[in-house]
Amino acid sequence: MFDAPFPTSLPLAPGVGYKSSHFAQIMADPGPVEWLEIHAENYMGDGGRPLAQLRALSERFSISVHGVGLSIGGEGPLDADHLARLKHLVGWLSPASFSEHLAWSTHSTGYMNDLLPLPYTDATLTRVAEHIDEVQTVLGRRMLLENPSTYLAFAETDMSETDFLSELTRRTGCGLLLDVNNVFVSATNQKTNAEAYLKAFPTHAVGELHLGGHDVQSDEHGDPLLIDSHGAATADPVWKLYADLIARIGPAPTLIEWDNDVPDWPVLRNEAELAAHILSPVA
Amino acid sequence: MSTQTQFIGALLDAAAPVPDGLIDPEGRAAGKRFDVYRNNVIVSLVAALRDGFPALNSLLGPEYFDALAGIYVRQHPPSDPRLMNYGASLPQFLSGFEPLAHLPYLADVARLELAIRTSYHAADHTPVTPDQLAAIPPEALGNQCFGLAPSAVLIHSPYPIVGIRAKALGGNMGEARAHDVLVARAEFDPIPHILAPGVLSFLTALSDGRALGDAAGLAAEAAPEFDLSAALGLSLSAQILTERAIP
Amino acid sequence: MSKMLPSLAVASAVAAALVGHTTVANAQENEKCFGVSLAGENDCAAGPGTTCAGTSTVDYQGNAWTLVPAGTCADIELPEGRMGATLASLAEEGYEGLARDLPEGTDTAILKMLDS
Repeated sequence: MFDAPFPTSLPLAPGVGYKSSHFAQIMADPGPVEWLEIHAENYMGDGGRPLAQLRALSERFSISVHGVGLSIGGEGPLDADHLARLKHLVGWLSPASFSEHLAWSTHSTGYMNDLLPLPYTDATLTRVAEHIDEVQTVLGRRMLLENPSTYLAFAETDMSETDFLSELTRRTGCGLLLDVNNVFVSATNQKTNAEAYLKAFPTHAVGELHLGGHDVQSDEHGDPLLIDSHGAATADPVWKLYADLIARIGPAPTLIEWDNDVPDWPVLRNEAELAAHILSPVA
Repeated sequence: MSTQTQFIGALLDAAAPVPDGLIDPEGRAAGKRFDVYRNNVIVSLVAALRDGFPALNSLLGPEYFDALAGIYVRQHPPSDPRLMNYGASLPQFLSGFEPLAHLPYLADVARLELAIRTSYHAADHTPVTPDQLAAIPPEALGNQCFGLAPSAVLIHSPYPIVGIRAKALGGNMGEARAHDVLVARAEFDPIPHILAPGVLSFLTALSDGRALGDAAGLAAEAAPEFDLSAALGLSLSAQILTERAIP
Repeated sequence: MSKMLPSLAVASAVAAALVGHTTVANAQENEKCFGVSLAGENDCAAGPGTTCAGTSTVDYQGNAWTLVPAGTCADIELPEGRMGATLASLAEEGYEGLARDLPEGTDTAILKMLDS
């Protein structure tokens, strides 16, 4: 159990998901961006440009390492080799934050490259808590766990996602990464209320926020089905949820995620500027 | 069968029924909602292969490439989350894919694309410089050993794979003959070099720990026209030699 | 065991190789990081990266067993006279899609699925 001071040491400012195509412009013209988030798995090579860029960026910006492949919700044990690679990266980089997802992706068949959903039950809670304990022990630091975007539900689920996350933080001392777009996507897809979700969320444990864009589709019954595509600007209702949240809990490190159809740097920087206005309305 | 085993089985087989207990907000069985996960897995992994094998994508055309990649992804999903390594077994898969048997060079083009990627992510090295080489006493040169940079990759193909790749990516094909290839990364950008006769044997021998004179002898045996001076010139300009102690 | 090249030959080859090669000062670290590289050489060299996003794209299950490659392979001419694939050349070679014998170890469940 980790009881280190909280939240993370990321600046209470906007950050962006780092794309190598933006390297030169981020260095020359960061705008309000004070920190960058990288995907751990992309920096597990042995050398070359990716690691050289990361070293250069880390001298200028705070770095958040965001894992996408640890499969913390997996039924089987965590991949010890992958955890060792993570320990190596976090060891030499000393990032301001490390986060992962409440999801699973690896099974004996292989790595599925998607954040797959979990039923919220006591059995899942016990397993995920054990895995978080293991990660925090191996890395020697507290981690943040991110709420997922979900497209379906499990009949066996018998607790709310917010209760599930609250209990995880209580058992493991981990912090939470609150993705506001994921809240909106899941609430729409599950026909629940996003404001109510955020009111029930254990915001005392939040170390970072995510914003990003989604796509709008519908299912075979004509019900709305939002896809967490990170392929567009953050939607207006998500900005509204975010602004209300900041007004309630105060400023928090806020990431703009844009992973598909990555725009030119000025477009991404503009999203960061919108977040900066909400984070410090007087400035 | 565990829940996640069932889930993955249905993800990878579009004809399989959606596992029981997956529902929409009205309690109805998830249909299209489950398909979101199917699409995420298959589309993202096919896209990963497209990113990793751009020449192959161009050679086959996007529609064919996606169909082929869809089969490969289902048979060989990634073994770990480092997508930078994904597709290592694609050349072997292509060799055994009967409908493409009339395009036998495809597997070697895929090997070249993999070699470029491997080189890009390989460990950095400090190359032996011309000054260092010049400082070695002439009488000691024959017994001098060198290592090869971790980012140096050697390939032999009976096909002109460097030219085929270049043409597929919009360049010129050049001479259509068999290619010995060195992929080398002086700093950050891997470049494929077509090797003159004997150079592949020479570099392989150096990499195996043979001394300079010995490696040159082996290369001359493999190809009488082997030119040691030109081979060393390339090795210096491509910055692939590393220090290795005399055994 | 091959003959080792005489040391005089090695020394003169090294001397010749060194002509025109001097140690070049390296560019600044950041400049190299920017990724300005030889045109066309490192496109996509990094290969695939990760994402934590979903996609709206639907997996279109094309059938690689009945499709014909329609890319630049048609422009590749090899000395053996084997050209790139065209429908006509495939037909000449007796290609009949799924009717053709399948290689050993082919997963027929996948074929069935792709064919549906």
